[in-house]
This record gives sequence, C-alpha cells and structure tokens, in this order.
Amino acid sequence: MISFFKRRRSGATPRRRDPVTAVARPVARPAAERSTAASLSIKAYTAQHVQAFFYSLGQLWCARAATLMTVVVIGIALALPTALYLVLEHAQQVGAGWKGGTQVTLFLKQEVSDEEARTLAVRLRTWPALASVRAISRTEALEEFRRLSGFGAALDALDENPLPAVLVLQLGEIEDGAGRLLEQVRALPEVELAEFDEQWLKRLHAIMAVIERAVQLLALLLAVAVLFIVGNTLRLAVQSRSDEIEVSKLIGASDAFIRRPFLYSGMWRGALGGVCAWVMVSLALWLLNGPVQQLAALYQSDFHLSGLSFTLTLWLISAGAVLGLLGAWLSVGRHLTNIEPA
Amino acid sequence: MILFNHVSKRHPGGFEALREVSFELARGEMVFLTGRSGAGKSTVLRLITLLERASFGQIVVNGQSLSGVTRRGLPKLRRSIGMVFQNHKLLHDRTVFDNVALPLVIAGLSRDDTARRVHAALDKVGLLSKERAYPVTLSGGEQQRVGIARAVVHKPLLLLADEPTGNLDPELSREVMALFQEFNQFGVSVLVATHDLELIRHLPHRTLTLKDGQLVADSATP
Repeated sequence: MISFFKRRRSGATPRRRDPVTAVARPVARPAAERSTAASLSIKAYTAQHVQAFFYSLGQLWCARAATLMTVVVIGIALALPTALYLVLEHAQQVGAGWKGGTQVTLFLKQEVSDEEARTLAVRLRTWPALASVRAISRTEALEEFRRLSGFGAALDALDENPLPAVLVLQLGEIEDGAGRLLEQVRALPEVELAEFDEQWLKRLHAIMAVIERAVQLLALLLAVAVLFIVGNTLRLAVQSRSDEIEVSKLIGASDAFIRRPFLYSGMWRGALGGVCAWVMVSLALWLLNGPVQQLAALYQSDFHLSGLSFTLTLWLISAGAVLGLLGAWLSVGRHLTNIEPA
Repeated sequence: MILFNHVSKRHPGGFEALREVSFELARGEMVFLTGRSGAGKSTVLRLITLLERASFGQIVVNGQSLSGVTRRGLPKLRRSIGMVFQNHKLLHDRTVFDNVALPLVIAGLSRDDTARRVHAALDKVGLLSKERAYPVTLSGGEQQRVGIARAVVHKPLLLLADEPTGNLDPELSREVMALFQEFNQFGVSVLVATHDLELIRHLPHRTLTLKDGQLVADSATP
C-alpha cells in the first residue's frame, strides 16, 4: 500500500506537472493533485451524472414496496387519459368506416317533369352503389310542404308549383365513394342540386370533439396530479435523507450535486409509471377485445381493438419521465434549501 | 492561510459570540484554538467554513475574502477545506469506505482514483481493514479516525477540527493529535479547536486562547 502523503510528495507522481510552480510554492504540492478542490471538469461532471443515474435506481430498488406504490398511482393517473384517448381513436375509426344509413337528396331542375323524374329514378336504381331510390313528385312535394309548413294559403296564391321533384338516394355499401357518387349525380343533366345528408356524421364528429376536449382536460388534470405525487414522494425522500444532505453540504457538495439523484429518482418513478400505465391499458384492451369482437360480429363488422402503437407507448413513457422530472424539480429544489448544516 | 481582521459576530438577539478577533494562520502552520465552552471556538470555525457569516470585520481564507463568496461559490470553498467534527458526522447507512469516499464522489473522481485515495487515507489512519464495516460497529476512536480520513482524503490545504478529541480518552486523543501533526508535517495547515489544555500543553504549536468572544492570548506573541 502506498503511503498517503508520501505519494503526494514524491516527484515520481505521474500526474505531476510544471515543476516551476511546484517549486515556487512554499509547500511543494503539484497543481494536478489539488484538482479535487477546483471546479469540476466535464469528465467529472459526466461521472457524477452516471453515478447519480445508477445510485437513484439503487435507491428505488432498496425501497421496492414504496416505489411500487408510487409507480402504480402514477400508472393509474397516466392510464386513464390514455385509455380514453384510445376509446376516442376507435370511435373515430368507427365513424370513418361507417357504411350504412347515409342518404343523398337530389333536387331536380324545375323543368323536369314528374314523369322524367320517375324514369331517372328507375335508371338510378340500376346503379350498384345505391341501395334504394325514392322519387318524390312535384305534386307530392307540394302536398308534403303544404301539410308540414302551414304556408298553404301562400302557395295557393302562386300560379304554379314552385317545388322541384326530388329523388332520395339511399347509399349502399361503398368504400370511399360518398364523395365520388355525389360528383356523378351532380353531373346528371336533370339534377339541380345534390345534398349529402351528413347530419348524422356531423353530430358524431361534434360529439367526438367534445369528448376529445374532455379527454385533454382530464389528461391535463392528471398530469398535474402526477407532478404532485412525485413532488410529495420526493419531499419525503429529501426529509428522510436530511442527515446525508447536511453532511454533503458541509463537505462541499453543490446544490446541483445533491439535487441530482432526486431528479433522477423522480424521472425513474415517472417513466416506470408510464410502463405501468402501458401494462394496465394493454391488459384492459386484451380483456375487452373478446366481447368487442362478439359485438362487432353482430353488426357484420370486422372491427377489433388495436393495441397501443409503438409511438403511443414511447409517448406514454416519456410523458411519465418528463412529468416525474418536473415534479421532482419543483419539489426538491425548495425543500433542499431548507436543510442547512447547523 | 487564514486571516481574521477585527472580526465580530453578533447573533440575532444581541449575543456577541466574537468581539474584534484578529489573528493570522500562516500556510503550513498548525495552531490550537482553546478556551472554555462558549468562548467562541466553534464560531471561529463556523465563520471560516461560512456556516455563519461575520457581522463585522474581514476574513480571508486561502487568499479569498469570504465576504465575496456567494451561495453558489460556497461548495467550492468548503471543498478546499477538510473538516473534522466532534460528533464525527458520519453517514450510518454507508460503509466506512463510502463515507470516506464522499468528498471524492462530490469532486467527481473516477472509481479507480477514488478507491486508490480512500485506501491510502484509511491506511493512514490505520483502518484499512474496516473499510467494509458500518460506522456503528466501530468504537468512538475509530469513528473519529474515519472522520479524519474523510477530512483529508481530498487533500485539502486546510484542515479544521472542532473538538476532535472531545469524546476520546487521553490515549486516543494523543493518537488523534499525532495524526494531525503528521498531516501538518506534510504541508497541510491545521487549526484545532479544543478545550483539552492538558493534551496540548506539551505540543510545540502555537495556541490562541479565546475568552468570552475575545482573543486573550496568543502564544506566538507573549
């Protein structure tokens, strides 16, 4: 074993440099050997990060039970908005793939007679894209209008029927076609105006927009909850390690040095919470998939629940990590300054 | 190494812990600071490590005026000083090795360098065989020597000790003082606060005596 101080004095010390300054000092002490007292090099800085990285993991492992509880709570907080997001995503998928129930209303030109309208209806019925075509003659339209509007007297004042004949087209199973079909019927010479009855889809989208906003708000709330969960956990961690913090400060640890393991530990907790949320959501999807497919089969649909995509998983875990880090940052800095060596 | 220039410390509430204290500790010098409990010995050490700030006067440590040291600069100052405490201030959930390594970890030394230096320091205080032990399993004297190893492991220019022998029997106290003398021989400036006059009577070092916050005697200037 090399003796402690002899090594420092010996001129053979490999890191010794610049004998001039060493001689100039009243006490022979190579500059490089004092480096520990000087500010940190980049290498040392990296070493400290690596050290804090693993040290914080070790700390979490040592307190497995407590860590698990925090992680599960964070997991639930992250799983809720994720699950709702998935519901929304699947609803959009359903909305996009909706095949039945849409109709197109064709308003024919004024000069088209009821007879011509009926012929056109017959012709359109041969189109494979259309499930059914209902013709409403000008007289029928007038009758209907008179019955429903209550403007009968006003209509009587007119010389001729102002209403056109109307064809109501019920769309069959078409893939992308509602738009293209609309173009085709608009091109017909008899057609004045073709209206796609999107009411139903519009409502669906409106409802989904509301749900989407609600999910965003909920996600925001739960993100704040994660901040507080991590913050509170680390407040306790700081308190339980106050001896260590005090001694470290006494012997010259910077605030950043002391803060670092706590920040890493917050990050770990958040990221693990993300993993936990992933497990919970995946499990829920797996449990739901059977019944959902049975339901879909009743509607002759091959709809199925898709799992969490890779991107979403990545998002989930990094969101957890960032929230954990932020929560730790907000909490630790404040509580550390309260611990001063006495 | 240390310069006190008319330093006073008044605590909130009016109690004056130090009054117009002036002294200088040269580089490589070893000095005892004595006085009864409450005379201000600890305050002097606390002012040097900026655990407290002086109310009046100027303190210079290693060429740096302490009034110019900000909160951010504080860790750097403390890293240049080695401190030994009466109650050791060891971390009880860590091994002897990890306790001694703490200043090097803070300085960001590599694993190999850390291990090398910690072993050298533990060897110096005669506790190399106990590196894997936990502090609670050690005797008071051994714990104090772990504390000393931690104070010198990063090779500070200045070593401060606050009642390092306060809890030790005379035999162990002499051993501890001998260690300090040894470090001093290798160029470390040492300031030891102690009330154990019997222990330092025969040691050939300068002694500063405090009484009620005032410097009443300096053996270098009789």
